[in-house]
Amino acid sequence: MSDETQSGPVLAADGTPLKQSLARSLRNQKMRALALIGPLLIFVLISFVIPIGSMLFRSVENGMVEQTIPLTVEALKDWDIDSGESPNEAVYQAFVEDMIVAIEAKKHTRLGTRLNYEQTGMSSLFRKSGRKIKRLDPQADAPFKDKLIDIDKKWGDAQTWAVIKTHSVKITNGYFLNAIDMQRTPEGAQAQPEDKRILITLFKRTLFMSLVITFSCIMLAYPVAWILANLPMRTANMLMILVLLPFWTSLLVRTSAWKVMLQQQGVINEVLVWLGIVADDARLVMINNQLGTIIAMTHILLPFMILPMYSVMQTIQPTYLRAAKSMGATNWTAFWRVYFPLSVPGIGAGSILVFILSIGYYITPEIVGGTKGVFISNRIAYHISSSLNWGLAAALGTILLAVVLILYWAYDKIVGIDNVKLG
Amino acid sequence: MSTKTKLLAIVAASVAASSLVAEEMTIVSWGGAYSKSQLRAYHEPYSEKSGVTIINDDSSAEAVAKLRAMNEAGNVTWDVVDVVAADAIRLCDEGLAMEIDADTQLAAAPDGTSASDDFGDLLVSDCFIPQIVYSTTFGYRTDLVGDTPPSNICDVFDLEAYPGKRSLEKRAINNMEWALLCDGVAKDDVYSVLETPEGQDQALAKLDTIKDSVVWWSAGADTPQLLADGEVIMGSTYNGRLFSVIEEQKQPVAMLWDAQVFDLDGWIIPTGLSEERKARALDYIMFATDTQRLADQAKYISYGPARKSSAPLVGKHADLGIDMAPHMPTDPENAKNTFLYNYEFWADYRDDIETKFQAWLAK
Repeated sequence: MSDETQSGPVLAADGTPLKQSLARSLRNQKMRALALIGPLLIFVLISFVIPIGSMLFRSVENGMVEQTIPLTVEALKDWDIDSGESPNEAVYQAFVEDMIVAIEAKKHTRLGTRLNYEQTGMSSLFRKSGRKIKRLDPQADAPFKDKLIDIDKKWGDAQTWAVIKTHSVKITNGYFLNAIDMQRTPEGAQAQPEDKRILITLFKRTLFMSLVITFSCIMLAYPVAWILANLPMRTANMLMILVLLPFWTSLLVRTSAWKVMLQQQGVINEVLVWLGIVADDARLVMINNQLGTIIAMTHILLPFMILPMYSVMQTIQPTYLRAAKSMGATNWTAFWRVYFPLSVPGIGAGSILVFILSIGYYITPEIVGGTKGVFISNRIAYHISSSLNWGLAAALGTILLAVVLILYWAYDKIVGIDNVKLG
Repeated sequence: MSTKTKLLAIVAASVAASSLVAEEMTIVSWGGAYSKSQLRAYHEPYSEKSGVTIINDDSSAEAVAKLRAMNEAGNVTWDVVDVVAADAIRLCDEGLAMEIDADTQLAAAPDGTSASDDFGDLLVSDCFIPQIVYSTTFGYRTDLVGDTPPSNICDVFDLEAYPGKRSLEKRAINNMEWALLCDGVAKDDVYSVLETPEGQDQALAKLDTIKDSVVWWSAGADTPQLLADGEVIMGSTYNGRLFSVIEEQKQPVAMLWDAQVFDLDGWIIPTGLSEERKARALDYIMFATDTQRLADQAKYISYGPARKSSAPLVGKHADLGIDMAPHMPTDPENAKNTFLYNYEFWADYRDDIETKFQAWLAK
């Protein structure tokens, strides 16, 4: 009997092996914890992860060409793209059969819109030809090559078919190439013609201006946060309301107010002219350029810098400064060697907030930025709501997200993310 | 009666009740004075006649993107949408707007002329029911342009005669055409020149000559504001906006109708509506685009009715009491030199030229 107990597994009170029983109770505990965060998890998954994931997937997804004209894509596989000659009858036969199905489902014009992003003229080619191809019979009217070229001579152009073949892959890098001012061609990735390059410029500008805005926020917010942290509670709370008040005002109102202030017939220029500092015919240009965007966005994002700085500075003991001074430090040394390093976590937290917010800002640059002060987000908005090139918009968004993550990683390496405090 | 049947009866009754309550439709438009004119000319009389409650949504500026998103989600919540013709063409291409047969689904003119003849060439897409003709044209500050006010579109490009800032829309459409017109290209050749890369460069080169004096706008309300503030001496915008600056706000602004670009605005019905909602939308469209209703809208805003038969019925402004006919872009006095926007061209070239234009702007 005693031998049996020693050789067998240790049993729990109910007779099941102890190991199993322990595992079960641990599992129960985990399940309970999961059930508690479950609602949040599901919410985040449904409202955040899935939509963003599906939007990012659009940047490579390109099933439309093959879904709309599957037989043609198959037939084009035998066509040599470098031959410079239009494909043979089999392709045209397949194309007419595909088109008749697509026209029935009203999908051919969608394909035209998709291909028009790559080659100007595709949109009307598909729309106009669709009306005539509809009347063809896939058996009785063959052969089709000459008939299609009759409908529109572009069907006889090898370039047209090259575009279709190049963009018939299911997963494409075409949108990403477009997003960095390149294009997908039969010969591989190539740079866009010079007069169509704009996105790289905008990316660089967005990063540069976001840095400038972050930096000017630091410069303006630091003294304010310092005063707030060192004043008696009553006064500090009063002043805090002044910081928060613009925070509670509508973004559009604040941006439009800057327009009134900064424009050439605006408040600042009027005052300067009245004081005789600026001549009436040489009024300052402070809006519809980069300066306008930097001023307005610095103002709008300032509370995001002041608040973390303030809460970090509040925790710094004034005795440290006094101790430093009592040991012979000058005011500057005491500040620079003692106070400033202690306040760095606040600067770090504020900078991350301001930088990430400003990199995706859209409405303020649009209103006060003119042509030189707009961001990449303004192009993303254009492609989402106006050109409907969602693939390109998704690619731009993905790149922007990647840039932010890389910068975050770099920040972690250089400063350390645990050195960031919100209070 | 068992509990189960009772329960079923209650459910059925509440479903029936909710469908009765649901006698409402969502109409999407541009907001502001424009939506107000539609409210008074179309929505109020229609609600009175049919008992349908109309909900306004001012989302026309993003209508194409939103309709596409709704369609992908399989839940279209809009019944009738007001869009410009170019957007209607795109919605039709994307299969997001339903095709309308003008002769059977729209009202004939009072004299019996069929709707397709009454609208004529303005039916630019199978899905589009035109409502108004508007134009993009210039207004100028009468007190800031000297003794000889501008009378020609090319005065916009003449910095010597008219020094000062001008406002232009932040996109290629219209600006490229005006630039070519003022660079010696004949009106009929504008689009064939603009098809070529050289022609596009030519237009941009012409715009380059005034680039430093341009304030670029993106919302229709910008130019009226800039004119009122004296920020610019002349600027392009929609003619109805200038009408309200001149006649309602009494600002020292006048119209330069030369080379105004005609464009159309009208209704589409989204695809994917239930039969019941579709029938209601069609019933509304039939009512709201008849001859009298289109003429009524011109009482509230200075856009020309799209039907030929409505033109003689245009009367006085409902609140200001002034004659509206001379303020219509289609008035013979204003339409001496007009430019017709080419939809087909821009459907093809928009992506290409717009990219070049934005690259040029950013330079």
